[in-house]
Amino acid sequence: MTPVVQAEHVSKRFGPVRALRDVNLSVNKGEILGLIGDNGAGKSTLIKILTGYHQPDGGRLLFDGQEVSLRSVVHARSLGIETVYQDLALVNDLPVYLNLHLNKEMVHRPLPFLRRKEMRRTAREALDRIGIDIPSVTAPVGQLSGGQRQAIAVARSVTSDARVLLLDEPLAAMGAKEGGLILRLLATLKERGDLAIILIAHNYSQVVDVCDRVNLLQHGEITFDRASKDTSVAELLELVHAEYRLDSTPRHSDRR
Amino acid sequence: MGDQAVARGARHDIGGVALRALVRQKELSILLVTIAVAIYFVTSNSRFANAENYHTIAQYFAPWAIVAAGEVMLLICGEIDLSAGFVFTLAPFVLTSFADNGVPLILALLLALLVCAAIGTVNGLIRTRFNIPSFIVTLGMYFLIEGVSLLMSNGAPVSAPSSGWVVGVFGHQRWSELIWVVVVIVIMQIVLTATRFGIYTQAVGGNPVAAAESGVRTNVVKIVNFAICSTLAGFGGILDGMRTGSFDPTNGGATTMFLAVASAVIGGTALLGGSGTVVGALLGAVLLGIVFDGFNIQGISANSFDVVLGIAILVAMLLNVYLSVLRKRVSQ
Repeated sequence: MTPVVQAEHVSKRFGPVRALRDVNLSVNKGEILGLIGDNGAGKSTLIKILTGYHQPDGGRLLFDGQEVSLRSVVHARSLGIETVYQDLALVNDLPVYLNLHLNKEMVHRPLPFLRRKEMRRTAREALDRIGIDIPSVTAPVGQLSGGQRQAIAVARSVTSDARVLLLDEPLAAMGAKEGGLILRLLATLKERGDLAIILIAHNYSQVVDVCDRVNLLQHGEITFDRASKDTSVAELLELVHAEYRLDSTPRHSDRR
Repeated sequence: MGDQAVARGARHDIGGVALRALVRQKELSILLVTIAVAIYFVTSNSRFANAENYHTIAQYFAPWAIVAAGEVMLLICGEIDLSAGFVFTLAPFVLTSFADNGVPLILALLLALLVCAAIGTVNGLIRTRFNIPSFIVTLGMYFLIEGVSLLMSNGAPVSAPSSGWVVGVFGHQRWSELIWVVVVIVIMQIVLTATRFGIYTQAVGGNPVAAAESGVRTNVVKIVNFAICSTLAGFGGILDGMRTGSFDPTNGGATTMFLAVASAVIGGTALLGGSGTVVGALLGAVLLGIVFDGFNIQGISANSFDVVLGIAILVAMLLNVYLSVLRKRVSQ
């Protein structure tokens, strides 16, 4: 099977800092790839290259097996590459259904008045389809819990045209119950079968739980790529923390 | 412990419905206050409740309400226009300079509004292109437009055009100013709540990053709202000048602008952006008009009016904060 998204020998520099070096990564349809690594390991840079925000200095990106050069976030989105950012990008004062339709509002013709009823219905359908339980689509988003807000942000990204879903730490600062909500949501999305999902997370037990495969990014390189069932939380912790043990010798600098 | 919980639940049920309505509908609380104040003046003074006095009240609040309709849009998208009061002052003189050069009155009026829209556009462009806070940009424009008004008028009032249908329709006919207030409020409320532009205005004020990430052109939304605010302010100035029959460089200015902003805030608009309603601003202006008029009738000096205005704004702000906390609690 051809991966939906593939990075081959991708590298990126910011001045003297080599953020990414020779990164190879691929995600298949219906697969959830967990991307882990310490702060500053290059996770965000890699995500930003996959969403067209940054352009790689070397290597190439393949989309459905075809080489692409993503010019911008808008370009990436037009190909079906959607991102759920950490800041959620929700407007707290607006109700759930208007957030779900933000900049995609439905209007009457010829007078361009909002079709609120229609939008409420489609919002409810979209939430039901991916199994999110929100009591009222007319409630302002600011009144919902962190997990519900994250779920709405995900729901907005998962349009029918979405092929790739990138989630930047959706589980950060979330309680166990809230996190569970998102994990179930990801499992539901996986069942859709046509989505390739990349999940950035720090909670390794959740990663092992929901992801099919785990990639570890260290100092701009992918140092570990294994199926979740063949690894464990303990192993991942050991890999990430080993070099920072008190009795270990400091690793070489990132600056070269 | 259990009893307490039951008691709390019961109280929630009885007062719950009323509380919910009061908290959900942002305009309801200010409407109730306005009615209460009106009842107070009607019962305490026999000269309050008659058509003549209602006309006087309308004359007070009409300029504030029209300027407030524009300021609400700006406040909601996280901006403010301090220069609106002097655009109110300037517009009649722009109209006069066109009319004096032989331009038909209705055309002169439309051209004057176009000039006002241009002033707002300049405010918006400076705000967005150079990323200077609107408070600073429009403070500069405030003095600039005040100066231009004084230059164009030579610091003295001129008589407004006095004949023709345009004069009657745009202010001179009895109640015509009030009818325009209603028209402006209805249109702006529809723009705010029933169009994509209205949603963008709320989104830009509520979370600019979110609006931009979903593809909303936030700068365009802001510039258009600056233009709307200036245009409405100019329109209000022309209506008021036509009504009194005199274009006066001491009309409008900072007082009108701040009373318009006060009307918006009392009407429930968040000063930090994101939420508010045009109808609420109208109610805020009506409330201020009733208080102003009532004080005049009672023979209380205009100085005490400022004290009441100050207290009203502070109370309204506190109520706004308190209500938003309540809103969260009620919805949980």
